[in-house]
Amino acid sequence: MTETRITPALRMAEIQPELERLRRRGFLRRALSLGGLTLLTGCDLSTHSGIDAALEAILRFDDRIQKALFSPHRMAETYPASAITKPFRFNAYYAEWQVRPVPDNWALSVSGLVRDKRAWPLPALMALPQQGQITRHICIEGWSQIGQWSGVPLGVFLRRVGADLSARYVSFKCFDGYSTSIDMASALQSQTLLALDFETAPLTPQWGAPLRLRIPTKLGFKSAKNLEAIEVTNTYPGGYWENQGYDWFAGV
Amino acid sequence: MSRQKPRRVAHPRAVRVMHWIGVYAMGCMIFSGWEIYNASPSLPFLFPHWAGLGGWLGGALAWHLSAMWLLLADGVAYLIYGFASGHFRRDLQPPSPAALAHDLGSALHFRLKHRSGHYNAVQRLLYGGVVLAVILQTMTGLAIWKPVQFGWLAGVFGGYPVARGLHLAIMLGIVAFVVLHVTLVAIHPSTLKSMVVSVPTESVAKGEESP
Repeated sequence: MTETRITPALRMAEIQPELERLRRRGFLRRALSLGGLTLLTGCDLSTHSGIDAALEAILRFDDRIQKALFSPHRMAETYPASAITKPFRFNAYYAEWQVRPVPDNWALSVSGLVRDKRAWPLPALMALPQQGQITRHICIEGWSQIGQWSGVPLGVFLRRVGADLSARYVSFKCFDGYSTSIDMASALQSQTLLALDFETAPLTPQWGAPLRLRIPTKLGFKSAKNLEAIEVTNTYPGGYWENQGYDWFAGV
Repeated sequence: MSRQKPRRVAHPRAVRVMHWIGVYAMGCMIFSGWEIYNASPSLPFLFPHWAGLGGWLGGALAWHLSAMWLLLADGVAYLIYGFASGHFRRDLQPPSPAALAHDLGSALHFRLKHRSGHYNAVQRLLYGGVVLAVILQTMTGLAIWKPVQFGWLAGVFGGYPVARGLHLAIMLGIVAFVVLHVTLVAIHPSTLKSMVVSVPTESVAKGEESP
């Protein structure tokens, strides 16, 4: 064998950590799939298409448990003004400099299982009954902060537009490309707001101007900012994060 | 009582099965928990990415919120078994301070006797302690999963942020137990065999009966 002195494209030392990571990954996945079977004794394994399918099935089971644990009469804790977190942390699926300004002639569109599908310009929303709250906003990442919002209780709004309150979902679309959806029971919980104000001033774009959802009984990613459309529906609407694998109910 | 009575098995089959299911479930919880922690670390360190389970926050949460059912089922079965079979009363009663001081002293001089099927004071302390830690960890976990629906429980732990800190601290305690436990098993490899297959209890020499 002739010895050549060609510099290899890859040196073992360079890829060792990556190989190690893949090896461990593979080990964990194999080990864990055994446990996956233990969890899935009630499932038809002939249609079982992998660990992700199993995890998704368990998340749907978790959603049913969360729905059963939810009580519309249980209130999120409220705090004094002195407890408000300052400075309040900006959070979105994009960086703060990418925040969109409010479009000209903005109005909230309403569709689906509702009697009155007229769009709502801002002054009309401001004329509805208002309510304020100082509650804890809990992010799915684990951090939390206490903020103050006020606006129209979503239940008041849904009744005003003659929504079918037995429908399963209320879906939200935002003009920044975000979307989310919640169950009707949580939508009607009295602390769920269509917020117009943050702290004591009208919402500014980074806090969700001109209108955002504020729902303290769910994780932060459900409190969609920069709303432009609400739909009441029985067809599962999903959402930006929900479609990527966050659990849909996301109750706290 | 018959004199031919077979000697008790060091670890009955039920304990062996529940032990290994527990190892698997707790492994899923710890490794996915590390990935979840990394999404928003509350201390100035991250867990290594290769040790995380789930690949990203959403995947890790899916693992965490799936494996919790296995851990819960295994834990409840173990508690029922432990009380009903007399395992807790016989093997895991808190040791007396004197017995603990004696056995801890021997252990630190690597002279602690180990007989399969008998629990010395150090083992009673560690195993009893980790059972309590897992129960407490389940409760802090419930408190941060549902801080509104189980608001009373979050309140018991001092509110959501404190309960989240406790959940992290107890995890570190459980990991410390695992390190110690695995080290002690490495010193007495026969104990690993007795947690896998049926091994009879070692007989007790005269005058060596544990206090």
